[in-house]
Amino acid sequence: MMSKGAVMMNGLLLGLLLVWGLQASAGERPADIYKTYCWQCHGMKGNGNGINVRDMTVQPRNHTDAKEMSARSDEDLFTAIKKGGQAINKSVLMPPWGGVLSDEDIHGLVRHLRKLCQCRHGGGA
Amino acid sequence: MMKMAAFRRFLLVCSLAMPLAAWAGGDGMALLKSQCSNCHDLTGPAPTTLQGLWERRGPDLFYAGNKYKQAWLEQWLQAPRRIRPAGMYYGNHIKEGEDGDVIDESTLKPHPKLGSADAKAVAAALMTLKANSELIKPGEYQPGKISLSMGELMFDKFRGCLACHEIEPGYGGLSGPEVYTVAKRLQEDYLISYMRNPQAWDPKIFMPSKHLKERDLQKFVHYFRGLSEEEFE
Repeated sequence: MMSKGAVMMNGLLLGLLLVWGLQASAGERPADIYKTYCWQCHGMKGNGNGINVRDMTVQPRNHTDAKEMSARSDEDLFTAIKKGGQAINKSVLMPPWGGVLSDEDIHGLVRHLRKLCQCRHGGGA
Repeated sequence: MMKMAAFRRFLLVCSLAMPLAAWAGGDGMALLKSQCSNCHDLTGPAPTTLQGLWERRGPDLFYAGNKYKQAWLEQWLQAPRRIRPAGMYYGNHIKEGEDGDVIDESTLKPHPKLGSADAKAVAAALMTLKANSELIKPGEYQPGKISLSMGELMFDKFRGCLACHEIEPGYGGLSGPEVYTVAKRLQEDYLISYMRNPQAWDPKIFMPSKHLKERDLQKFVHYFRGLSEEEFE
């Protein structure tokens, strides 16, 4: 028979382990990933006006433009992020992020892009 | 007796002189630890979370001896100037402007300036910090030449690196460090290793791995060396 104190201690330890486990598997939030890797070109508002655009020959995609973004499938967006713009016959200025982002991160980013444009593939909000 | 007294005086002079020697730049590591560790990581590892990346205030220095050229460090520490136009993590130093995001200069602070003796001592101490040596292949870079126009073509049109890096003052992207001085600043073998796989050095860094071919890695360093001879600074 465990004492009341021992039961409480075990419960506390179990709780701590659960919290630690959840944190360890939580990953990064899509909005934070976007802020870190995408803002530099696509801008703080996602409108394609980041600090790097001054001397670019091709303007970065405006992620808030529902018309343009609804023309791209989620699969195309995933491929462009993972393998770069050239993988979908777009600009070399969009680099491949597969070396730093996991597939799960990229799926999260695609969902984030859909929030920014408030659109889905094929049109409509 | 006289000899003993003279020896005591000698010891006294030595004990007084030693702290002065440290102050005058004799102990670069002590200076690094006391003056630099607030903004620079001297022990590693590099950030493994985005939060850690955002909070980094200066370049990690725990592999400085594998990264920097000592002569450049000595000179830069005496006359520091910004190398990353938008700071360590650009997201902390931008604001919305009329035509898009702009750098918020008010958030960027100048780097402290050192005297020549301290700069020399700190540079020497930095060269002893050699983490990540397993990522460096000494002598991997084989000196060669490439025309600046071909280099620019590769850097801009073929690989799109100009998006984030300036190749001369006022021309290029702003979120990454300028490359027109990079060959003065950084060791060639480090450049090859870092461009091959930036995340091996810095897991969360916002520079993508472009899967460059080995011969292109060499050509990029030829290009950077050519740019550095232009004396754009």
